[in-house]
Amino acid sequence: MSPFLQSIFSTEFGFAIFRVTTPLLFAAIGVSISNLAGTINISMEGTMLVSAFMGVLVSAFTGSLILALLAGVAAGVALAAILSYFHLRLKADIILAAIALNIFASGITVFLLYLATGDKGSSSSLKSMLFPEVHIPLIKSIPVLGTIISGHNVMTYGAILAIVVFYIITFKTPLGLRIRAVGQNPNAAESVGINVNRTRMWALMLSGFFGAFGGLYLSMGYVSWFARDMTAGRGWIAIAAATLGGCMPLGTFLASLLFGAVNALAIYFASLQFPSELIALIPYLATVIALTIYSAQALRKRTRKVAEAKRVGKITEVKETKESS
Amino acid sequence: MEKILEARNILKVYENGVVANRGVSIEVQENTIHALVGENGAGKTTLMKIIFGIEQAQEGEILYKGEVVHIRSPHDAIRIGIGMVHQHLMLAPDLTVAENMVLGSEPRRAKLFLDTDKAEEITREVSEEYGLQVPPNKKIKDLPIGVRQRVEILKALFRNAELLILDEPTSVLTPQETAVLFKTLRNLKTTGKTIIFISHKLNEVKQIADRVTIMRDARVIDTRDASELTEHDIAELMVGREISFERIPPPTNIGQPLLSVRDLSYVNEEAILVLNKIAFDVRAGEILGLAGVVGNGQTELVRILTGLLEPSEGEVTLRGEKLVGLSPRAIRERGLCHIPEDRMEDGVAEETTLEENFILDRYYKRGFSKGIRLQWKEISQHSRELIEKFNILAQSTKTPVSSLSGGNIQKVVVARELSADPEVIIAAHPTRGIDVGSEEMVHRLLKEARDRGKAVFLASADLDEILKLSTRVIVIYNGEIVAHFQDMDKVKAEDLGPYMLGVQREEAVSGKVSA
Amino acid sequence: MEKFLLKYFTLIRVVIAIAIGIVVSIFLIYLISQEPAFSLKSFLLGPLLTRSRLAHLFETASPIIFCGLAISVAFQARQFNVGAEGSLYLGAAVGTAFAVSTNMPAFIHIPLVLLIAGLAGALWAFIPGILKARWQASELVSSLMLNYVAYFLGLYLINYHFRDKEAGFLVSYQLPQSAWLPQFIPDTRIHYGIILALVFALLVYYFLYHTTTGYEIRITGFNERFARFGGINVFRVIVLCQVIMGFLAAFGGMTEVMGIHRRFLWQNSPGYGWDGVIVAIIARNHPLLIVPASFFLSYMRVGGRVLNLMSDVPAEMVQVIQSIIILLITAEAFLSQLKYRITVRQAEKGGAV
Repeated sequence: MSPFLQSIFSTEFGFAIFRVTTPLLFAAIGVSISNLAGTINISMEGTMLVSAFMGVLVSAFTGSLILALLAGVAAGVALAAILSYFHLRLKADIILAAIALNIFASGITVFLLYLATGDKGSSSSLKSMLFPEVHIPLIKSIPVLGTIISGHNVMTYGAILAIVVFYIITFKTPLGLRIRAVGQNPNAAESVGINVNRTRMWALMLSGFFGAFGGLYLSMGYVSWFARDMTAGRGWIAIAAATLGGCMPLGTFLASLLFGAVNALAIYFASLQFPSELIALIPYLATVIALTIYSAQALRKRTRKVAEAKRVGKITEVKETKESS
Repeated sequence: MEKILEARNILKVYENGVVANRGVSIEVQENTIHALVGENGAGKTTLMKIIFGIEQAQEGEILYKGEVVHIRSPHDAIRIGIGMVHQHLMLAPDLTVAENMVLGSEPRRAKLFLDTDKAEEITREVSEEYGLQVPPNKKIKDLPIGVRQRVEILKALFRNAELLILDEPTSVLTPQETAVLFKTLRNLKTTGKTIIFISHKLNEVKQIADRVTIMRDARVIDTRDASELTEHDIAELMVGREISFERIPPPTNIGQPLLSVRDLSYVNEEAILVLNKIAFDVRAGEILGLAGVVGNGQTELVRILTGLLEPSEGEVTLRGEKLVGLSPRAIRERGLCHIPEDRMEDGVAEETTLEENFILDRYYKRGFSKGIRLQWKEISQHSRELIEKFNILAQSTKTPVSSLSGGNIQKVVVARELSADPEVIIAAHPTRGIDVGSEEMVHRLLKEARDRGKAVFLASADLDEILKLSTRVIVIYNGEIVAHFQDMDKVKAEDLGPYMLGVQREEAVSGKVSA
Repeated sequence: MEKFLLKYFTLIRVVIAIAIGIVVSIFLIYLISQEPAFSLKSFLLGPLLTRSRLAHLFETASPIIFCGLAISVAFQARQFNVGAEGSLYLGAAVGTAFAVSTNMPAFIHIPLVLLIAGLAGALWAFIPGILKARWQASELVSSLMLNYVAYFLGLYLINYHFRDKEAGFLVSYQLPQSAWLPQFIPDTRIHYGIILALVFALLVYYFLYHTTTGYEIRITGFNERFARFGGINVFRVIVLCQVIMGFLAAFGGMTEVMGIHRRFLWQNSPGYGWDGVIVAIIARNHPLLIVPASFFLSYMRVGGRVLNLMSDVPAEMVQVIQSIIILLITAEAFLSQLKYRITVRQAEKGGAV
């Protein structure tokens, strides 16, 4: 077997996939949940950056992992809250506002980094902490599977847990029901007394919440420092993963894994002569194709034949104008 | 029998000045099925919106179970026991029946979690209590519309509605589904509920209602027991009026048919046959009126004539030339213009200037552009001429259309369309929601066009307008032509009413003129 | 006074947003810096104080103007295509490939390279355009994804086929001199790209406001149903405006490659496409306003760099200020209460509203 194929089918590769997928999964969950409410959140890049930074900062200055976690999550949720305020209250276009927030996050993290450490590149001068690895007692002894499953950072297991939590919130809580209703038919939600804007606000905050964990992992899971723009486009990939996965828990999980696998593959491909770039672009291309198929299906526009008519009848007037009664 | 609902002297005027309810009083007895009928614009939906809290009246009061109530929102209405099933079902398509049922009042387990089992149980309970079968675990989008409507009704019942308002419930149902609905409504009556239902289908009103209230022109005409009235009676009451206007003098020079429609049929995306073998001619020098209650296919017909929609079958010809399959631009270029029924959606781009709105159909023609270059000087000049000629109240040609009043906006639309000097004018509800002065002007312009030899096709739900302007009238009902009045001399509103409401129909009728 | 406020309301809102941004920057500088007055001066006046900095202002403005124009054409038709970045990158890569593989006199080579780059960018932007026109697939998502595909394709093209092995870094071969855009101001790197940018700003303005096609694009953006109603071929408009966007972005990117670097050296995407979005937002999609908006962005960036160099305040402050300004501009309801009150007062006075 060629060394390349050997390395792909090795347990290290299996391990690497989960490692690489972790931040993507958190971010993709964040994107999915806000999409379900009808508010597209493309500010994941920014969310992850601020939470990554705050985690490092707080852990270095307080020596407490818990406080760092809380700070990171708070930062992510705060960014989402700003997005929510500008979009829902001040009627800013959600795409443009999110773009602005991404820029904001990029700037403010480096700004504060410099103030804290005098260094703009990375926070290596700070003694920030790492989330621990977990070696699961019995499982780690299983051949092959054991080395893939055990030994990950606690955050990686957290990401799997997050998918379950996402599922539970969406399908097993009243909030999740309202989020889905608001996304599907805001009028229906309003007619039963649900405050559409408030529900969307919650969806965005949850989005920030999940995304924050992704950021925390980046700066405190695999490495223990913050570097400028360290999200490196993962926020955008998260959008692709959420879209490909239909914003549903299982779909998002599989799509994130796919992107993670391809990213991991790209690293391995570098050892080969085959251009890694051509592999790296596959998931993005796949997303475009999936999007097209999905849209084409939804359109179904064609002129029907008279023979197809199932019934005769009046149709309802589509618009309710103030003049009609 | 007690009165469950009473409205006294309701006055409702909308922001644009339209009076929707004037001195409206109505009494609904407990445990009855009470029908509310009237033409479009009569005021019935507004009245129901006020009762359900979607709108507020300026004057008048509402009594529920004998006590004065202030209903400021649907929430208030639901709280006191009023439920409404809207024309457009308020359901989330990707959620299940049970989920839609409990939305907003979700049963919980341990405070945090949704009790899906309880939701299912509730659905089954309510379903059984009222004898309405619904599958709790199926998604709304997978259910036929009759079942979806049942879910809406159950939703209202679950929230303890004792008074149920249904807005045109049968307009989306097949005859079989309608029969099932009626059985349901009768059942509900026996369990002590009261039902108000708005409808245009007089045969159904006769079938199911105990009492009928007829509204016209923002007023209540009468309320009677359904058994006392025939469908004909109801139709007459709905449309009968003193002619309060002068008919325009008849045309003196009618020519050949310019626009001809033959065998036109259209099946829409939901596989409903919306138009069924429509045929008519419009001659030069006449106005052909299309009378009918909104929702009987007029919108689709107009869109097909103007090239915005493709028919399933049939042909439209302009001076013998086939129009079906041509682009809207090609059709316009052959001499057809269109005053659309929704001026804000289709007739103007409100964010931009009058000038840019005026040139929509001619910006690429000689006189307004040279090759690819727009000739703004000429365009402004042209716009000024139009503003003056059509008496449009605007500060300048560069004012955004949004700052104009409704009547003036319609003048902009009419100015543009008529100044194209078309052979055929398609006017759909051309005076909907505008002030009297502007309405007069639009009518005058249509008459002048007719006298200049144009062929005018006027589709309107405003019977006054139809009677005032039309040379001939065809009536559309359920996508078919059911009456053709060739001599408008003695025709009254009461004559048209029964055809518009499906009570009467002529056999083998079309709007064709003998060759 | 109030009538004036109403008429130019949008412009005034932008100015107020910028003013607030500057106030915030003053506040931050005073908060952070040990020598606030000096730092403030460096930031606000820095770009004007030396020849090289002033030059830098013009150098960086060029691709931003092109991308701003590109995005504004698409946005005017309400197509939220953010693929300027991808078109720019791939177009410049293709243009470079062509430039280094061919030889011809400069007066042919320069326009031809630019044209090829532009066409490559246009073709790339055609994809989201046709997907939207034909199947209503979101041009936002597809262009976002295709930015990545373009990036990887461009990178592949340059790194595997046109890589200059002798150079220290991962860069392409140097462009032949015949494909260089000349720099025309001594001691600076200001090249003819900026002239082209200004020319194109005028062209795009003319196109959008004085041609029939431009009219079609704008009307479609105002009200698509209205456009269809009037017979405008909306399908064509949707595709065309995005194709134009791709062309302009790629063209702009290529001018920088030909005018400054004379090589393709972007291992990371340069970000001008996103600058274009920012500038289009500030300029409310108006081509003539894109130019001052681009200079404004450029000014802030250079100012930030001077600030960084000369004082203890990091350049990233500029990004923070930028984002605040954008947020305020896109917040439609910002100051809308004030506008409403003025409108009501005017109506009561009996203005013809």
